[in-house]
Amino acid sequence: MTGTSTATGPRTSPTTSGVGQSAGRPDARQKVTGEFAYSSDLWLDGMIWGATLRSPHPRAVIDGLDIGAALRLPGCHAVLTHDDVPGRKVYGLEHADQPVLASDQVRYQGEPVAIVAADHPETARRALGKIKVSYTELEPLTDARAALETAAPRVHDGGNVVRHVKIRKGDPAAVAELVVSGEYQVGMQDQAFLGPESGLAVPAEDGGVDLFVATQWLHADRTQVAACLGLPEDMVRITLAGVGGAFGAREDLSMQVHACLLALRTGKPVKMVYSREESFFGHVHRHPATLHYEHGAAADGKLIYVRADIVLDGGAYASSSTAVAANAATLGIGPYEVPNVRLDCRAVYTNNPPCGAMRGFGAVQACFAYESQMDKLAAGLGLDPVELRVRNAMHEGSVMPTGQVVDSAAPVAELLRRVSGRPLPPAAAGTDRDIRGLPGGVSNTTHGEGVVRGIGYGIGIKNVCFSEGFDDYSTARVRLHLIGGEPAADVHTAAAEVGQGLVTLQGQIARTELGVEQVRVVPADTSIGSGGSSSASRQSYMTGGAVRAACEQVREQILERGRGLFPGHEDLSVSGGKLVSARDGALAALADLLAEPAEATVTWRHRGTSPLDPQTGQGDAHVQYAFAAHRAVVDVDTELGLVKVIELACAQDVGRAMNPQAVEGQIHGGTAQGLGLALMEEIQVTGGKVRNPSFTDYLIPTILDMPPMKLDVLELADPHAPYGLRGVGEPPTISSTPAIVAAIRAATGLALTRVPVRPEHITGTGPERDA
Amino acid sequence: MDFLRPATLQQALEAKAERPAAVPIAGGTDVMVEINFDTRRPDALLDLNQVAELAEIGSDGGLLRVGACVSYARIIGELGRELPGLALASRTVGSPQIRNRGTVGGNLGAASPAGDAHPVLLACDALVEAASVRGTRLIPAAGFYQGPKRSVLAPDELITAFRIGPAMGPQQFAKIGTRNAMVIAVCSFALSLWPQGRPAGTGGTIGTGIGSAGPVPLRATDAEEFLAAELASAGLWESGVALPSTVTHTFGELVAGAARPIDDVRGTAAYRRHALSVLARRTLGWTWDSYRKGARQCA
Ligand SMILES: Cc1cc2nc3c(=O)[nH]c(=O)nc-3n(C[C@H](O)[C@H](O)[C@H](O)COP(=O)(O)OP(=O)(O)OC[C@H]3O[C@@H](n4cnc5c(N)ncnc54)[C@H](O)[C@@H]3O)c2cc1C
Repeated sequence: MTGTSTATGPRTSPTTSGVGQSAGRPDARQKVTGEFAYSSDLWLDGMIWGATLRSPHPRAVIDGLDIGAALRLPGCHAVLTHDDVPGRKVYGLEHADQPVLASDQVRYQGEPVAIVAADHPETARRALGKIKVSYTELEPLTDARAALETAAPRVHDGGNVVRHVKIRKGDPAAVAELVVSGEYQVGMQDQAFLGPESGLAVPAEDGGVDLFVATQWLHADRTQVAACLGLPEDMVRITLAGVGGAFGAREDLSMQVHACLLALRTGKPVKMVYSREESFFGHVHRHPATLHYEHGAAADGKLIYVRADIVLDGGAYASSSTAVAANAATLGIGPYEVPNVRLDCRAVYTNNPPCGAMRGFGAVQACFAYESQMDKLAAGLGLDPVELRVRNAMHEGSVMPTGQVVDSAAPVAELLRRVSGRPLPPAAAGTDRDIRGLPGGVSNTTHGEGVVRGIGYGIGIKNVCFSEGFDDYSTARVRLHLIGGEPAADVHTAAAEVGQGLVTLQGQIARTELGVEQVRVVPADTSIGSGGSSSASRQSYMTGGAVRAACEQVREQILERGRGLFPGHEDLSVSGGKLVSARDGALAALADLLAEPAEATVTWRHRGTSPLDPQTGQGDAHVQYAFAAHRAVVDVDTELGLVKVIELACAQDVGRAMNPQAVEGQIHGGTAQGLGLALMEEIQVTGGKVRNPSFTDYLIPTILDMPPMKLDVLELADPHAPYGLRGVGEPPTISSTPAIVAAIRAATGLALTRVPVRPEHITGTGPERDA
Repeated sequence: MDFLRPATLQQALEAKAERPAAVPIAGGTDVMVEINFDTRRPDALLDLNQVAELAEIGSDGGLLRVGACVSYARIIGELGRELPGLALASRTVGSPQIRNRGTVGGNLGAASPAGDAHPVLLACDALVEAASVRGTRLIPAAGFYQGPKRSVLAPDELITAFRIGPAMGPQQFAKIGTRNAMVIAVCSFALSLWPQGRPAGTGGTIGTGIGSAGPVPLRATDAEEFLAAELASAGLWESGVALPSTVTHTFGELVAGAARPIDDVRGTAAYRRHALSVLARRTLGWTWDSYRKGARQCA
């Protein structure tokens, strides 16, 4: 696959915009020219502005709340607190434990305490300033491992462990000739999307509310919003607004309930937009993790056992912690065959910022640890790190530590061979190189002095779709009808386009399945059944599957009509806008069969999964596994601790490249996010307080940090998945981090057990800072 | 908020005298960020972009006179030969958009210890030209900064220009950041060599400036004096031989010793000191190499 062309002009033939083609995004031009309307651009005449008062303290008791002065401010329409929440006072994706507005206490810095609506954002801000909250500050619990001690203060009544996942396979007391162990740490990464949390709530005549919002799962939002508003679900109608990036950060609610409460209270449309700084407090982050691993291997490198203990800092509320813990545990030994596994993964509550979904969740943290261990093992055995991995690589038919048999392609060894077999970029040459290609870049810190090259590898595994027996489905309605005498398909789902290209993909599928050119993807909203979440790399699989199934039903209706009109033709199909017989070619224009529109609505499910046994972690918990491998080539300025990633090669199996260019985009973007975690991206939290809530000090990679990539995209069809596809979005985020760190280790000889790797770690000039 | 748009320097100075609390805005790359983040709510903005005098580049005696509103992009494009150190520093500022708008006047006005122009201005003994309706004064860069984001500028004064000697020897600037572009300095260092002395006659043969490693931009005076003495006493300017590693090493240690860094989100104090010693050694190596090459070419 090469992924060459992009169709931007009018599409003339299904061969350029069907499944397997690099069909162009319908929103590409608008986004590039700045004309795309994001949720923060929503506007309605007469709307007023909502704003949120947040706790400055990570842990405090609220002794009193005085809103009088704020209410008296001219232009302020409403000030609402916990008492004004008419329905359920808490919400949450997995456990409803997060207050809509804090009542008697706050558990993290930034927790919403009150909301206001005013006729101008500035007035709203002033009103916030007039709310008086008296707090009694308490010592925050900020160390995730300390949270496990029996004497630790409890963040919630039920104790500090959100979930403990145990994996037990084989002999717990297995012994091995070579044993390596290590403790690894992963810092708190942010999704760093560019479009801040925003939306518009419009009160409706029936007493309900219409909400326009950037989110990842409309129906999960609706269930939670309706419960908190005390309304039946059909009185809360949600439409997807333009999403400026998601990466997991829009799975939890942010301003949804708040804007609806204010709209229903004031009877006016209410818009809320977080500022960049507020956004850092307005969504969950990636779980920081401490991971202790012990690997035992035979002299030939074959793994005999892995024992691991993982602690994930979930922060103040549960969010997706239970699923993150399950992923870290079930995928915790990586894509390797290991006969004996004993692994414990605990997600805990602290008074740190809440952590939840972010691209690759759970798998990212574990991969940094197990891949670091594989390198350590290779070094201990004197083996090449790729060779050691290949010797232990799982494959189709391998058994996961959960007992699940991997029943489709698992080309782990092949992916490793692909990246390691590529020619290396030319070696660093002399001292008169273009400084943009050197560590430090244009900052002119080296002309070659101190620069050492290193090469490292990483490979990861990720589950695709929702797991552990979850009833995971997507709904699609497809209607084939005539527009101006031409056949056209409408595709309607509630699945969120978050930038990944789902709208494009739905069009490709409809064109391919129905043999028509014109496809309109109807805006996603809750007037149709759930599309499920745009997460877990699942939408191509799930909503792609649902759209295909609905198209198949529509097509069958058309063929049925055709069989009626042309008796004797059994082998009919639709193609190029025509009804085609295998024997006689085109029989009729589709238009002639569409006097009545053909329509179908399908709720589509992937094959079932089972829960994990709570004592042993055994169970067929996952739907599909996906794999990507990276080779990183870096130049490290060993004296200054600065790193330039010279090249990243990635090999990934995608089952079927539904849209080759979109696949490449996902691999580039995911890899860059992994590079960010390796080298710079960290929310620094001290004493429960965020120290860098801005893009001045939360650094994400620039074009001078992200090197050119070399890609190998394998298409080994998964017989269980629509079109054979395998989820693409997350795997490349997982393996790029350990590959880059391995390359830095190779250049420096340092152990480097924490990401992001800071210049201090390389130069030995920093206290090992604790979160 | 009032938006004042003087068309001439005289009008600008009168406006500032009348409303000393008015906040000057040049490129706006600091001011607009503060307003957007709501950390600053001025009653009035004083827009300097219509004042042609402030965007001029000229000379006065042996010194270049660069208007406060000259952008980094213009410094790179028009003054790269005369002011190589400042051009190098300008290249490290932000992104192309920021370099098109941002100005040295604004960097001085903001007086952040992390501003990238400051180390070069220090290393080149630049003079800050400040004007008010009361008159014009010249403030040596070393006496301009008072504390983080504080300077000696009076409330009714505007920065009109800076005056700086054109390079008479090699200059360098290097800056540490935790990514390879668009980054605020973790620390930075500027070095200038003046083999024949300075254009204005004052100041030694070595100039230094340290950024982002103290409450204000700093000079490493001990390092300057040490190096000047070593070069002179061993006849190194004349012989042009490679510098003994003891000299570069000690120079680096003295520069690190002159810093007064703290631990913060961008880096530890220990790292900053260490990095400064490395940058000082390396920039000395680069400037000395080009001095030697230049000397050989002349011979
Ligand atoms: C994305 C981004 C990246 C950046 N990167 C860097 C960087 O790498 N290095 C760096 O040093 N800076 C950086 N900055 C900060 C900023 O660009 C610089 O400080 C720049 O020099 C400011 O110039 P300006 O003309 O935009 O100043 P303004 O924003 O217009 O003004 C800055 C301050 O100076 C005052 N002022 C301006 N002109 C005068 C005058 N003539 N007399 C008196 N006071 C005056 C203003 O009142 C204000 O207080 C960055 C900023 C942004 C937004």
